[in-house]
Amino acid sequence: MNARATTELPGRLIAVEGLDGSGKSTQLHLLQRWFELRGLKVFATEWNSSVIVKSATSKGKKRQLLTATTFSLIHCTDFADRYERQILPLLKAGYLVLCDRYIYTAFARDAVRGCSHSWLRNLYGFARRPDLTFFFNTPLTIALDRILSGRPQLKYHEAGMDLGLAHDPYESFRLFQERIYREYLAMQDEFGFVTIDGANTIEEQQALVRKLVGEAFDLPSYRWKIGT
Amino acid sequence: MKFYGEGLPGIDPVEFAGKLIVIEGADGSGRSSQIDLLRDFLESRGHATVNVGLRRSTLVSEELNDAKKGNVLSQTTRSLFYATDFADQLENRIIPALRAGYVVLADRYIYSLMARDIVRGADRGWVRSLYGIALVPALVMYLQVSPAQLVERNFRKNVILDYWEAGMDLGLSRDIFDSFIRYQRLIQKEFLLMQKEYGFTVINGNRSIRSIANEIRARVEGLLEL
Repeated sequence: MNARATTELPGRLIAVEGLDGSGKSTQLHLLQRWFELRGLKVFATEWNSSVIVKSATSKGKKRQLLTATTFSLIHCTDFADRYERQILPLLKAGYLVLCDRYIYTAFARDAVRGCSHSWLRNLYGFARRPDLTFFFNTPLTIALDRILSGRPQLKYHEAGMDLGLAHDPYESFRLFQERIYREYLAMQDEFGFVTIDGANTIEEQQALVRKLVGEAFDLPSYRWKIGT
Repeated sequence: MKFYGEGLPGIDPVEFAGKLIVIEGADGSGRSSQIDLLRDFLESRGHATVNVGLRRSTLVSEELNDAKKGNVLSQTTRSLFYATDFADQLENRIIPALRAGYVVLADRYIYSLMARDIVRGADRGWVRSLYGIALVPALVMYLQVSPAQLVERNFRKNVILDYWEAGMDLGLSRDIFDSFIRYQRLIQKEFLLMQKEYGFTVINGNRSIRSIANEIRARVEGLLEL
């Protein structure tokens, strides 16, 4: 990691990771609501949402122009844009920044596509590590069922069709998610994920998340300083 | 051929039949004229050529051109955008052409990109690993032209100095002439540092087009054993 990414900043970075259908976005939303209702400075950001890079990303996906390397690079570009223009300035301004997926999503997904682990870790070396990373460890069958039970229209890359694992998009999605899940499990210790059992109820999971966040940070110090 | 670093997943460059030749240098160094002359020369001798350069990928060239007009990208984002453009051309143009036995003429390659990133404060190790996906060219020729000459040639061509080639985003000076000279010196220093690591051939670009072309030809002839 670059030296610049380790200096102490007043804000705090919390990331949630997990498979599609793991329930992580729901949990992050509830955490955001909790912060807002307590009058804390909070900002939530999602993977893959930068405006500048969007047209290139969607063009690449639509025309299936992307290889493992360009897929990885264009998502990293997108992330860098959000990181430099939103995440970092907000951390400097003392915000609690909530990230729905962070660099570990790229580590898992791009590794499954064939990029090397060390190249990926260097690529994202400019990004600081979260102060707290929750990994929602939801059993694969439950996560898959949540996504696939509605028979959704899966996008080409979302289903991992570019990997050529299966002709059927649903089958391809299953195999793709299984490989991503294995990558996540292998990263748990390396990056100190706090693992939340996604088989528990929404309320149980949220209570644990709030408890851990409350223990990790001095939350009252993130209140708005200006009068309301 | 081989890669500088870890390369591209699933690609083994050992059996590539073509040759990759790179000409590097600042705007106004005579790069493009030399590429054109070299292409004519190679084609006259029966070699098939393909030209590549920066900001020409199908994937992101439009977006990069838009971003160039306004200073809207932050540093790391711009570096990565250019790296994406490079990777797209590498995989979709350079490698297929090399496989098919073409001589690929690159009007700039990763070295310009790396030098620009490094003078803007990017971590050297980061940049080196990022471009570990690049193929090692058979020949890299760097056209070195003094900053004073570069200014003259840029003025003769465009009447104004380009914002980016003057490194105005670095805030070296508010005066564009002053900034241009200082920025080009920084870039040259970086190129000379890279020369050792990456083994460039430095060509004195302060000479006539003809005599530079003769030197380039001689080096390429040696490489292709014509």
